[in-house]
Amino acid sequence: MNKPLKIVVLAKQVPDTRNVGKDAMTPEGTVNRAALPAIFNPEDLNALEAALSLKDRVAGSTVHVLTMGPQRAADIIRDAMFRGADGGYLLSGREFAGSDTLATSYALSCALKKISPDVIVAGRQAIDGDTAQVGPQVAEKLGLPQVTYAEEIVEIREDALVIKRRLEHGTEVVECPIPAVVTVNASAAECRPRNAKRVMTYKCALAKSEIAAAPESPAALPAAAKPALQIVEWAAAAGAPHPQQLGLQGSPTKVKKIENVVFQAKEAKKLTASDDDINSLMVELIASHTLG
Amino acid sequence: MNNIFVYIELEGGKVADVSLELLTKGRELADTLKVKLEAVVIGAGVQGLASELAKYGADTVWTADDEIFAPFRTLPHTAVMCGLIEQEKPQIVLFGATSIGRDFAPRVSSALHSGLTADCTQLVIGDHKDPKTGKEYSELLYQIRPAFGGNIIATIVNPDHRPQMATVREGVMRKEFAATPAAGEQRTIDWKKYVKDTDLAVKIIDRQIEERKIDIKGAGVIVAGGYGMGSKENFKLVHELAAVLGAEVGASRAAVDAGFTEHARQVGQTGVTVRPKLYIACGISGQIQHTAGMDQSAMVISINTDPEAPINKIADYAITGDVNEVIPKMIKYYKQNSK
Repeated sequence: MNKPLKIVVLAKQVPDTRNVGKDAMTPEGTVNRAALPAIFNPEDLNALEAALSLKDRVAGSTVHVLTMGPQRAADIIRDAMFRGADGGYLLSGREFAGSDTLATSYALSCALKKISPDVIVAGRQAIDGDTAQVGPQVAEKLGLPQVTYAEEIVEIREDALVIKRRLEHGTEVVECPIPAVVTVNASAAECRPRNAKRVMTYKCALAKSEIAAAPESPAALPAAAKPALQIVEWAAAAGAPHPQQLGLQGSPTKVKKIENVVFQAKEAKKLTASDDDINSLMVELIASHTLG
Repeated sequence: MNNIFVYIELEGGKVADVSLELLTKGRELADTLKVKLEAVVIGAGVQGLASELAKYGADTVWTADDEIFAPFRTLPHTAVMCGLIEQEKPQIVLFGATSIGRDFAPRVSSALHSGLTADCTQLVIGDHKDPKTGKEYSELLYQIRPAFGGNIIATIVNPDHRPQMATVREGVMRKEFAATPAAGEQRTIDWKKYVKDTDLAVKIIDRQIEERKIDIKGAGVIVAGGYGMGSKENFKLVHELAAVLGAEVGASRAAVDAGFTEHARQVGQTGVTVRPKLYIACGISGQIQHTAGMDQSAMVISINTDPEAPINKIADYAITGDVNEVIPKMIKYYKQNSK
């Protein structure tokens, strides 16, 4: 029998950059976030599944989601609760704005020190930045070992996890002592769907600032009476000993310049799908030894 | 002091291509800054690489040679790299954006509280003026990368923290011998003062390393399919054309995400970078995320129903039409004319 695990999933709400439409950029060339749907970062869903499967295997374990973002990021905490998470923590506040990966990992690591989980699971990377840095940076800040590119948690041993990793040229199985940080690949198991009963229960879950912003009086909200429906919300003042390491001022990397993608103008020879056009193209390619 | 470090990655005892590409770029940056280029090799049985690394421009070759360093494990490599950086204080450190570099470079950056930019497609030296404080900086490393799903190109700088660190994917930079071989002076890292027992806590139980089955990097001709191929079934057309032309099959991220083909074929910022003599883009719209990986192709042919598709801006031949109609015709007329 393993002792129950306290598991935290690091998750991010991201703009869906995979479905970028024509209105995704403003005329000034900045990203029009409003035009992009905000979604649960795909690999963080794989991470959530890995966490829930640990909970399934070790009786008494708990899974909480930790996210940093604006108030609406509470949506992904609720979504995780619909799929089986026990609750969540929202780090929200202006002092976090403009964070690069290092400032983000500092904020998350401060929150994690307060929670002190046995296992921290995160998606490998987020689709808006594709950096894959936050997981390892958090692990370093907490002085914990890490296992990146995890595909499956194969075995739970006393005080260690056996994890299969998916690398560029193969796989590796490692034994890692816990507490540890595990980052999960898209090749891992897909997240289980939302459970209808859980949706009915947890759709009323709210963070503190959401309760304050609601038109109803707080007492009328189910979340006010039931602690299970309260999403923990922390601002930076709650627990970051070095506020200068947060947000824009805590970010060593600065964006010097953002350019809208402009393709080099080069006049393409225009062809149609007609037999004549395709035939003469192939003749040309063969004659120039580009083909054959 | 203030030199440029390149972390040298090893694949089965050999230096990985990406590390040689970084040495080539590092040599150019070092010449611009008038500093030295230093290679850092951490592994087992790694003596004897200095002459090869010198050919690519390494003035100094640092080695930490012990069984504990192979196969790669995060913590011991992080400890050695951090220790050496603190001792030598390089101004720039470059890593391959591989499953090794992307695993431990962030830890190094976190430990040193120094910025790291992932998956750069260009590295350039330039000056910078802080827009708020007006403070001027000279000769910073511009770390240039596509971001936001490839919809923007960002230039990142680290004005106040050293070292400036970046990862670069394999195939993005060119690999070339230095104009004159460098000295490749060998120096030994006193790693025992950096690695603690707790750094060895993670144990590797099993490793299954496969030979690379699919390798489209070296292909002379690539036929690539995008989301516009419509389905996995239809993507077979791409394979058919490639088979007839003796080409390799590539794909856009959208096609890979949709499950039309395997990730090893993905061309672009989060896939491989290719420079074939001919690149045929079938049903690929041409987001920068994709074109970043193929715009150095000698010739590009695009097939797209949308005459305004961005891919046509970099294409030499833009065929406006349905892939289902055009690809079979290409196969037919290639066969007819090549006999």
